[in-house]
Amino acid sequence: MTGSSRKAKNSRAQEPRRRPASKAREEFMARAYAMERDAAERYTEFADQMEVHNNPEVAKLFRQLAEIEGLHAKQILEEMGWPQMPPPVYALQWEAPEPPETAPVTELHYRMQPWHALALALRNEERAEKFLASVARSPKSPPEVRKLAAEMAEEEREHQRLIREWMARVPPPDPDWSRDPDPPFLGD
Amino acid sequence: MNAPDTAALTPQSFKSDIKPVWCPGCGDFSVLAGITRALAMLGLRPEQVAIVSGIGCSSRIPAYTNCYGFHGVHGRALPAATGLKIARPDLTVLVAGGDGDGYSIGGNHFLHACRRNVDLTYIVMDNHVYGMTKGQPSPTTEPGWSSKLAPGGTGVREFHPLVIALASGANFIARGFSGDPNGCARLIAEAVRHPGFSFVEILSPCVTFRPDQRAWKDLVRPAPVAPTDDPARAARRLMTDDGFNLGVLYKGNRPAYAPAGARRAPLAELAKEFEV
Amino acid sequence: MPGPFPSVSVALAGSGGAGVMTAGNMLLEVVAGAGYYGLMTRSSGPQIRGGEAVAMVRAATFPTDGPDDAFHVLAAIDWQNVARFADEIPLGPGSLLVGDPTQGEPPDHFARSGARYAQVPFKALAKAIRGGWPNMVALGLLGGLMGIGREALEAAVTKATRKGGEALEANLAAVRAGLAEAAKLGVSFPLAAPPARSPRWLVTGNEAAGLGALAGGVRFVAAYPITPATELLEWMSPALAKVGGTLVQAEDELASINMILGASYGGVPALTATSGPGLALMTEAIGLGVAAEIPIVVVDVMRTGPSTGIATKTEQADLNIALHGLHGDAPHVVVAPNSLADCCAATQWAVELAETLQVPAIVLSDQYLGQARGVVERPDCRESGPMRLVAPANGAGYRRYTVTPSGVSPMAIPGTPGVTYTADGLEHNERGTPSSLAADHLAQLEKRARKLAGFDCGERWASVEGEGDLAVVTFGSPTAAVREALARAARDGVRARLVSIRLLSPAQPARLARALAGVRRVLVVEQNHSGQFLRYLSSAYQLPGEVESLRRPGPLPFRPGEIHQRLVEWARA
Repeated sequence: MTGSSRKAKNSRAQEPRRRPASKAREEFMARAYAMERDAAERYTEFADQMEVHNNPEVAKLFRQLAEIEGLHAKQILEEMGWPQMPPPVYALQWEAPEPPETAPVTELHYRMQPWHALALALRNEERAEKFLASVARSPKSPPEVRKLAAEMAEEEREHQRLIREWMARVPPPDPDWSRDPDPPFLGD
Repeated sequence: MNAPDTAALTPQSFKSDIKPVWCPGCGDFSVLAGITRALAMLGLRPEQVAIVSGIGCSSRIPAYTNCYGFHGVHGRALPAATGLKIARPDLTVLVAGGDGDGYSIGGNHFLHACRRNVDLTYIVMDNHVYGMTKGQPSPTTEPGWSSKLAPGGTGVREFHPLVIALASGANFIARGFSGDPNGCARLIAEAVRHPGFSFVEILSPCVTFRPDQRAWKDLVRPAPVAPTDDPARAARRLMTDDGFNLGVLYKGNRPAYAPAGARRAPLAELAKEFEV
Repeated sequence: MPGPFPSVSVALAGSGGAGVMTAGNMLLEVVAGAGYYGLMTRSSGPQIRGGEAVAMVRAATFPTDGPDDAFHVLAAIDWQNVARFADEIPLGPGSLLVGDPTQGEPPDHFARSGARYAQVPFKALAKAIRGGWPNMVALGLLGGLMGIGREALEAAVTKATRKGGEALEANLAAVRAGLAEAAKLGVSFPLAAPPARSPRWLVTGNEAAGLGALAGGVRFVAAYPITPATELLEWMSPALAKVGGTLVQAEDELASINMILGASYGGVPALTATSGPGLALMTEAIGLGVAAEIPIVVVDVMRTGPSTGIATKTEQADLNIALHGLHGDAPHVVVAPNSLADCCAATQWAVELAETLQVPAIVLSDQYLGQARGVVERPDCRESGPMRLVAPANGAGYRRYTVTPSGVSPMAIPGTPGVTYTADGLEHNERGTPSSLAADHLAQLEKRARKLAGFDCGERWASVEGEGDLAVVTFGSPTAAVREALARAARDGVRARLVSIRLLSPAQPARLARALAGVRRVLVVEQNHSGQFLRYLSSAYQLPGEVESLRRPGPLPFRPGEIHQRLVEWARA
């Protein structure tokens, strides 16, 4: 997740015009791009699922989250001066089951409420921060990448704070939120 | 990386605009992600890929991709895919479906697809239950699992798909877990690259009828040993396997089914034998 | 002694090792080589090896695919269990029985026919020749009785004895011995002079169907062995390889039908061949072909049913399942070849219809047509060329099942960019997306129905012959007997029409009404017990005047005499 906060806090967007990006920086930014883009895609899928299952309130929320992550991905393209997405190979080479900011599909429920969706988003931000912090700490990372990663980890912490504020604004989940008096329906 | 490779597609470009009807939380979403990521990794284009399925929740998958799809009848995905691949060897053909579709009604085709060794990749999303008909036991259901149709359980032991695949001649055998879409993607990509019949069983929990399967994420683990090309060794491993070892478990060296090369004789030549 | 004869029918019986089929086939080659039309059918006991068998050969000066009323000659190398074929080999007082005296007397049934019995010591005659075989003696005898010259016999024997050398000398000597015996019998059935030469084929219906399939463009076949369709597959397997196609032996019929659906979905015209039990297994997936609009061809070489029935014998009792066996409203094509040569043309037409209309087509052949081997006029068999309406690449907003006036919509072939879609057996909208909406269901039902209702099948829907106010309506293999009966009736001054319906589905009521205009009586001839064809005609057509049914279950074929007799009685009534 990103917000308007990022641009206000730094001016990385202007950098690539001044000097060519190093290979290490490109690779790191491609990975960061993949992380954000995949998160946005997954939120879009979640919004679709909620729409299919007649949960418009949570669908809307997931779409907002998708939009935010999408903006962040776009911002990386702009920062790097990339006309389009970097090669997908960077997007795919994750040791973890999913990219760090992508929510597992198993965390969804058709009766879930906005609070659940935000809690899920919070966990994503936490995982993203953890990933970025590990890059920032890693002795294998070149200094400029470590610096970038540390900045971005800080941003993720900021996002966590924003989501917590958001969660405070939505009602806590009903105790019987998952209850459905009807049995499942038959398919093909 | 000055000029990003625009020819290579992202996983998203293998998804269609049709929204899945699967229950939110279903493992099959991850398998869909695994397939689209694998196709992107392989550098294929949607029109070069056909995804063939039968009937069941997971068999809905072709329409959720942007590839050519064939959503046939229950249990017959493998024969349809076999015909397609033999007729069109230039295509990459994936077959996808569930445990009921593949192991019960389609069980005979499973044996013979393994044996025939056509260059297909068969992905079974195994959730040990019939979801689309509301929760009946399947061939992989534990004998004690109680359901409306079999109160108190079936009392019938489970089918061991990987063992059967090996015994029947499958050339590549792997197990994945839907909780690890990237792992699934790597398995599927490797399965596609491997010649002959590749079988990828993916444990894919059913959140609606088998909520107990949420526990699978704590049970699965990477297989402790590297893949083998020795069927005897693979057989010992698979026979003692508890069903939760993930990864490529067998990679055989059998040549894929290859029909005779194309020859073009005129029709009149064939009719000569009938002339009086 | 009467003669010469326009048609002579002979049967050669014997048990395992006697080689009656080999001799029968060679006799047919002799008949063909001598310039006659002809036909060989066969019958055998249930044993895989060593069983009793009979080869039935008809030679004629006119084209025919059917049996005559009776046999002129029944020769037996031995009589073991030959009584089993009593019903299949009708004899009359003018017939001749030939048997080897060392093998006992002819069975009572044959003896009671009034046929004259002559003894020929086949085995002893063969034994006198080094490497001689009794069946070759019988071949010479039968050729002699039919008045076929030594040259034609020797030419056929030479052609068939590929080994040459001593084997050929032995066979030639045995044939000459048989010829000499024939001359001694004091009875013969000499054929009339052969008709003018024309280009002809010696072919079985199954082979002809296979060739027709290839001519139609079929390049993929998947099938499961089943009597009596197996020979079609065995002919196609090497033939397909020669034209760049493939045949796959499937694990069962469920697999074979789905394999051909997969291949055809991939753009390669595809076919399977089976018989009733296999067709029953295939019906679900044929419905998929209807719903997903995938062209396929299913050749059903019918045998007697229900269930396993009599696997080696003919019947026309799969008509119901071919027409009505699919679940749901599932319009599809059913074509019935009505002669050996038509097995080629009708199967090719079925491929063309399937490909053009993007629909499954069932070809209803039968054991009689499939396994009979005949001398027929060379069919005009030319390759059809591609007929499928295919979607071009990158068609904006491509909709696979778009509703069109003809009902046919362009089909995207996998590999074509920009027009990917999912073929679906679920009801769908124009795009192919599954839909449970009433409007989509209705629109797609009507689209699929329109494909069949709207196309112009031209003159090939039936063989319509003759004139008069009597008519015989039939389909498939009985057509030969009906045609011959009509020719005989015409000689009696009885005029009648033949309508042999080739396109069984979709029904063509307007065309049949025109063909039967002014007809006062209609005889419906079919080979099954319950009158399936009559019931279909009664529901889908309006038959004029008085309608009668002449039907009989398999395995005994219709013979011209019984139909001729009915026509003459009718004309008098």
